[in-house]
Amino acid sequence: MIRTSDLFWSAVNAITAHPMRSSLTSLGVLIGVAAVIAITSVGLGAQSSVTSAISGLGSNLLIVTSGAARGGGVRLASGTGSPLTETDLQALARNLDATVSGSVRGQAQVVAEGTNWNTQIEGVTANYLVTRDLKIAEGRDFEDSEIVSRRKVVILGATVTKELFGSADPIGQRVRISNTPFEVIGVLAKRGQAGFGMDQDDIVLAPIGPVRSRVVGRRLRSSAVSQIFIKASSSDALEALESDAKEILRETRRVREGSEDNFSVQNMASILEAGRSATQTFTLLLGAVAAVSLLVGGIGIMNIMLVAVTERTREIGLRKAIGARSRDILVQFTLEAVLVSSLGGFWGLLVGISGAWALAQFGGWPTTIPVWAAPVSLLFSSVVGVIFGALPAWRAAQLHPVEALRRD
Amino acid sequence: MMIKATDLTKTYQMGPNEIRALINVSLSIEAGEYVAIIGPSGSGKSTLMNVLGGLDRPDSGRYFFDGEDVLAMNDDALAAFRGSKIGFVFQSFQLLPRLSARLNIELPLVYAGMVPGERRRRAEAMLVKVGLGQRGDSRPSQLSGGQQQRVAIARALASEPRLMLCDEPTGALDQKTGREILDLLEALNRQGSTVLMVTHDLQIASRARRIIEMRDGAVIRDGAPQ
Repeated sequence: MIRTSDLFWSAVNAITAHPMRSSLTSLGVLIGVAAVIAITSVGLGAQSSVTSAISGLGSNLLIVTSGAARGGGVRLASGTGSPLTETDLQALARNLDATVSGSVRGQAQVVAEGTNWNTQIEGVTANYLVTRDLKIAEGRDFEDSEIVSRRKVVILGATVTKELFGSADPIGQRVRISNTPFEVIGVLAKRGQAGFGMDQDDIVLAPIGPVRSRVVGRRLRSSAVSQIFIKASSSDALEALESDAKEILRETRRVREGSEDNFSVQNMASILEAGRSATQTFTLLLGAVAAVSLLVGGIGIMNIMLVAVTERTREIGLRKAIGARSRDILVQFTLEAVLVSSLGGFWGLLVGISGAWALAQFGGWPTTIPVWAAPVSLLFSSVVGVIFGALPAWRAAQLHPVEALRRD
Repeated sequence: MMIKATDLTKTYQMGPNEIRALINVSLSIEAGEYVAIIGPSGSGKSTLMNVLGGLDRPDSGRYFFDGEDVLAMNDDALAAFRGSKIGFVFQSFQLLPRLSARLNIELPLVYAGMVPGERRRRAEAMLVKVGLGQRGDSRPSQLSGGQQQRVAIARALASEPRLMLCDEPTGALDQKTGREILDLLEALNRQGSTVLMVTHDLQIASRARRIIEMRDGAVIRDGAPQ
C-alpha cells in the first residue's frame, strides 16, 4: 500500500510541473475567497458601526418625544405636537420602576477666556448621565439641588474641553453661554465618533432651567422637556416598561380613549435589532454573490483537472500497470485538486484580509475581519477542491490500463 | 509450473466487427524460461500478454500463477499482483518525463509502500544492473532511446518480479541498440528472471529458447526455435 507522504509528494510534483497553469487555476479560488472575506469584513464592520451608533444613544433605553402636530388632517414631524412637560417626566419617574431623565436641546456659542466654540447645549434633569450611560472623566456630576435651584454650572464634552481649554484644567473655570456665565464642574469621558460621523463629545451639559430660558429661549414653555429618557434595569424589562410608560403618558397628557397617542416612545433595543438585521441581510447577500465567484473558481479547477487527466492518460495506465490501485489514482488526482484549491484559499485569505485592511485604512470604511476567516476559508477551499476534483479524479481512476497505455 | 492458463478466450467489439483476440488459448510456462510470442499484428499476442500480466481479463478460461487463481482476484488484488509479480517493459518505454531515472525506477516500490531510503538503494542497484550506474539523476529526455529502455527494464526489475513481460522491447530502437537490450534481457534470464517477450520480429524471437506462434487468436506452434 502506498504511503500517505508519497501520495502527497506525487501531487505536489504534478502541481509544480506546471507552475503557470497551477497558479492560474488557484487564482479562481483565490479571488472567490478574497471576495468573500473582504465583503464579510465590510458587512460586519457596517453592522458593528450601526450597532455602536444606536447603542451610543444608550442601552436598555426608551426615548419619549412629543407626537406629531396635526392641522386639518396633515400630520407634521414627530416632536412638533404639544411638547412634553416636567409633569409628564415626574409622572413617569414616580410610577415606573426605572431611572428617568429629561432634556432640552439648543445650539449656542460657548465663550471661554480668549476663545469660543459653537456646540450643542443639552439642558438636563437629574439622572441624565445615568440614563444616557455617560461617565465623568474629571470633576463631578450635577447635584439634584443644583438642577432644582437652576445653578449655572456645566459639564463639558471632551471635544469642547479641548477646543476651549486645550490641555489646561477646565474645572472651576468660567465659560459664557448666551452671555450668561457658567462654572465648569466636570468633563465627560470620551465617547468617540458615533455612526454617521457624529461627534458625541461635542456637547455641553447644564441644568435644564437655565438652558430653557437662556439658550432655547421663548419657543419653549417654562416647563417644557423635549425628550424623556427611561432606562430599564435590564433589557427584559424594556417591553413592559414601554407599555406602562405609554399608559401613564396617555393619562397625564389626557389622551381620550380610542384616539391616537400625542407622544411617541422609541424602544432603542428594537431599533438596534432592526438596524442589525438590515446590515446582516446586506452582508449575507453580498457574501452570496462572492460565494458564486468561488463556485466559478471550482469549475476552473474541474476544467484543468479534466485536461490533466486526458494529458496524463498514459501515465495513469503506467501507474496502474506497476501496481497502483484505482483508489490510489483517485486519491492522487483529488489531492492535486485539493492542493491547488487550498493554495488559492490560503492566498485568498491573505488578499482578503489585506483588502479589508486597506478599505479601512485608505477608504475609511469600518471593517471587521471575522475570526472564522482563516479556518473557514482553508476548509472551504479544500472542500471546493474535493467537490470539483472528484469527477476528473474518478475518470482517471476508471481508466482501463490497457487502453490508457495505448493512448498517444 | 509458474503459469498455467487454459482455454483463455476474449473477444472485442470494434464498431460493427467482433474481433476474436483469443480463442481457447492454453499454455504453461516454467520459472526461468525465456519465451517469445510471435505473430502478425492482430494475432492476439498483445492480448495474451495483457491477460498474463493481469492488465486485462479474459471472457472465459482459467489462469493460475504460482498456483494462485488470478482471475478470481478483485481489482485491488490484481493491482497488487501486477505490482509484485510482474515487471512490464513496453515498446515506448512509458517513463514519466517529470521524474528522474531513479524516481521512475522507484515508482513500483512507491506503490508497494516501501520506505524512501530502501527504495533509493534498490533503485541504485537496479541502475547498476542495467549499466546506468551514473545516470540516476537524468531525466528521460536527457537519455538516449537505448538508455531509456534500460531504465524501463530497471523499473520492471525493481520489485523483483517473478515474470518480466516485454512488449516489443526493441521496437522503438535501432538494430544495434536493440541487440544490446536483448543481450541485457538474456543476461537477466541467465541470472534467473523469467522473460516473456512479445515481438513480430522472427530474428529477435529466434534468440529465445522457446517460441509460441499465434495467428488469429490461436496458438499455432509452441516449441524451440527451428
